[in-house]
Amino acid sequence: MSDKVKVTIDGISIDVEPGTSILNAARQIGGDIVPPAMCYYSKLQGSGGKCRTCLVKVSKGSEKDPRPMPKLVASCRTTVMDGMEVQNITSPEVVEARKGVVELLLINHPLDCPICDQAGECHLQDLSYEHGSEATRYEFDRRTFDKIDIGDKIQLHMTRCILCYRCVFTADQITDNRVHGILGRGDAAEISTYIEKAVDNDFSGNVIDVCPVGALTDKTFRFKNRVWFTKPVDAHRDCPKCSGKVALWYKGEDVIRVTARKDVYGEVEEFICNDCRFEHKKTSDWVIEGPRKISPHSVISANHYERLTPPSVVRKNPALLESNKEQFERVTKL
Amino acid sequence: MGRKLLLENINVPGINTFDVYRQKGGYRAVEKVLKGMSPEDVVEEVKKSGLRGRGGAGFPTGMKWSFLAKPEGKPRYLVCNGDESEPGTFKDRYLMTYIPHLLIEGMIVSSFALGANTSYIYVRGEMMPQIRILEKAIAEARNAGFLGKNILGSGYDLELYVQPGGGAYICGEETALIESLEGKRGNPRIKPPFPAISGLYNCPTVVNNVESIAATVPIINDGGDEYAKLGIGRSTGTKLISASGNLNKPGVYEIELGVPVEEFIYSDEYCGGIANGKRLKAVVAGGSSVPILPANLILKTLNGENRLMSYESLADGGFASGTMLGSGGFVAFDEDQCIVRNTWNYARFYHHESCGQCSPCREGTGWMEKVLHRLEYGHGKLSDIDLLVDVSKKIEGNTICPLGDAAAWPVASAIRHFRDEFEWHVSRPEEAMDRNYGLAHYADPLPKPEAVAAN
Amino acid sequence: MLKVSNTEEIVFTPELITKFNEIVARYPEGKQKSALLPILHLAQAEYGWVSTPVMDKVAEFLDLKPIEVYEVATFYTMFFLKPQGKYVLEVCRTGPCCLVGAEKIMKYIEQKLEVKEGEVTPDGLFSWRGVECLAACGMGPVLQIGPEYTFYENLTEAKVDELIDGLRLKTAEKAQII
Repeated sequence: MSDKVKVTIDGISIDVEPGTSILNAARQIGGDIVPPAMCYYSKLQGSGGKCRTCLVKVSKGSEKDPRPMPKLVASCRTTVMDGMEVQNITSPEVVEARKGVVELLLINHPLDCPICDQAGECHLQDLSYEHGSEATRYEFDRRTFDKIDIGDKIQLHMTRCILCYRCVFTADQITDNRVHGILGRGDAAEISTYIEKAVDNDFSGNVIDVCPVGALTDKTFRFKNRVWFTKPVDAHRDCPKCSGKVALWYKGEDVIRVTARKDVYGEVEEFICNDCRFEHKKTSDWVIEGPRKISPHSVISANHYERLTPPSVVRKNPALLESNKEQFERVTKL
Repeated sequence: MGRKLLLENINVPGINTFDVYRQKGGYRAVEKVLKGMSPEDVVEEVKKSGLRGRGGAGFPTGMKWSFLAKPEGKPRYLVCNGDESEPGTFKDRYLMTYIPHLLIEGMIVSSFALGANTSYIYVRGEMMPQIRILEKAIAEARNAGFLGKNILGSGYDLELYVQPGGGAYICGEETALIESLEGKRGNPRIKPPFPAISGLYNCPTVVNNVESIAATVPIINDGGDEYAKLGIGRSTGTKLISASGNLNKPGVYEIELGVPVEEFIYSDEYCGGIANGKRLKAVVAGGSSVPILPANLILKTLNGENRLMSYESLADGGFASGTMLGSGGFVAFDEDQCIVRNTWNYARFYHHESCGQCSPCREGTGWMEKVLHRLEYGHGKLSDIDLLVDVSKKIEGNTICPLGDAAAWPVASAIRHFRDEFEWHVSRPEEAMDRNYGLAHYADPLPKPEAVAAN
Repeated sequence: MLKVSNTEEIVFTPELITKFNEIVARYPEGKQKSALLPILHLAQAEYGWVSTPVMDKVAEFLDLKPIEVYEVATFYTMFFLKPQGKYVLEVCRTGPCCLVGAEKIMKYIEQKLEVKEGEVTPDGLFSWRGVECLAACGMGPVLQIGPEYTFYENLTEAKVDELIDGLRLKTAEKAQII
């Protein structure tokens, strides 16, 4: 198409549709040059711009107006222009700023990963691992909040929240009644229902999947297991409310958690209903499709489908057995 | 006496009423534009005047107006920013209290220029008395036929409303103000789109400061060229300066831009010198956000020239040795004031006022406040000083809106110019609890430019 | 996090509803949310603070979700989320006022009222708090008292005495008349 615009990110060029954000252009290129995103979520309108981890440097505005942009910009909310040149990991300024943002995101984070159910699939964990420093310069008490009960399915752990607003957008856009929101201001702002009230409707469970940290977790999975000891399997069922396409997380033969399927950027492919998420935890409820592909860099991919004697759930299912064999061969070949 | 444009009649008894204001030539500008000028003519006059936004950023008002999108079938809005909250600034309060019709007249002129048929004056909620004053003034103007349908038979309609804020400094940021006016939390929007394209109710919108709007009245009455003759260089016209702190005569002064800072502080026409016979230690020249300067640097630039009250002269030397005119909030510190305490106080302000939307500002402002608190109360470490500079750098430029910069600059500049006072708080904590560091060398003659560059 | 203890039924008076409607008419059709801040001010003036039932009722009036009202009311510092004294003395605590003695005035008020910041005097008459810049730096120290935010400037200890004693007297006189 001739009306595509050309953007160059860290020296790699790509033609994208007009109106594409720098971040999404980078995702089309893929690989290391994709800026991290803690608040942006492509499926939630209006999200992004807040966490500032995706800051990049625009060294050339466009072919027409080649002036660089004076400040670093949030790549998730900045539209590409034809001829734009962007620096992400090739700009020391960007790397330094990102390091700063990570440090600031962490100063009030409890760092309770050892007891956090999100550990292993936490974006803040990944982000700090890549950009953070091992020590903190913050010497004050960390911020804490009173625990709030928002119902029997979803656990809110406000101290871990980074205020990405994703769950608020989700409640607004995916569910039919938002009862929680951002209350208070500044560093006292919190996710809350204000009055004690359960966040409960057919799609409320999606706030768990969109949460980049362990602020909103699945109460039915609480303290059950570490995610890297569980095995994700794609499965589906006929669901009158949603697509029914989910990931089942097995421990032994038991489904101990159901989530939506997440892509390589941690975004769900399709939102699922609470019925699928909380009420169907038997293998017999589902049609198993096969093992979920997990990035080899993820801790979740550790000790998975590569055993000579696979766990019984794999042994009983031809599809899983097949992929276990495949993976086992691949691993042992090395 | 300098020429006054906005406050010329401020001492006339009853100037807050429509009748007296009208007798003194008020609403001439409305008559002039509605009876003989096109909206484009008005924009042109304002462009010619060189008027720069009086809220703090100093962006040329005429240019801002010319960016306004004019799509078919969509209303356009003018919103007046009366959310005056910048510490050190109280000129808009003064103007709205004593000469409200000047603002109303300016709103009519500006709304006409922009093609707005509904305009709002957003006033911070704490100024409830001023809100009542404006509402009364609007009612008077409406009774006299200057508001409503078909104003002065010109076919132009305008409705004008006053909107109260709820107590949030951040709503002085134009997109946060728009959000607030839409009944939401005052979270600044992520730009683009700019309000000129998509502002209030997603319609093209211009947000202007109270003083900028009021200044359009003399600009129309006398012509943009006449206005531009006042002032100096690209700092045209007059500016309201809010003078506070340790001055003999704090208050609001209308100055012709270009008055020497020294004259402004010491002459009897303006502030009348430092109160109680004390000496000047430092000045925050444009509201709490702008860099603080020690007495020597505020009176003279590094080249030894007199510093003037103008956008350019105050900025001379960049942030290394200069500051900004900002909103014109001129705060003078006498020799007995503690810079560390004041910096902590400002940091607390920004911490309290951060909306919490973006992470560097939400987390960084609180961190700076805590470190400064520790320094002020004698528990600080020498490394805290560099830590503060570093945290301020991590905030500056990386946030959604300028509040991050506004929080970072006072801290960075205080350490830049008063580092020894910070160090003294660390090395002599007990003494620092008992007494202040004093004037030290901050009023000394300027160092040679080279010497500073070497630092 | 509040437990709903205050479940009283809120009924806005017809006068209040008239005022609300006047405010809503200032905005285009469908943009009634714009009326939220002015209406919360009026509601606070009526009830002294904005309780959950009041916010719920405001939400109902403006056709908003209750959470939208909570979000806004908790963002802005002027809205009281718990009961206050009849007179809330709000003293500016920001830089320029502190240069001219605001901190001393706050200490004096604390001593005089014998309650800490944010607390209510046993007679229910007063509470006080430090607030950020009130944009009256040249007249500092300053304080304001809602709901009309009457302004008291160039404060001294004597002026604080006069103000607080005057308000006490006024209340006592009113009580006698009744």
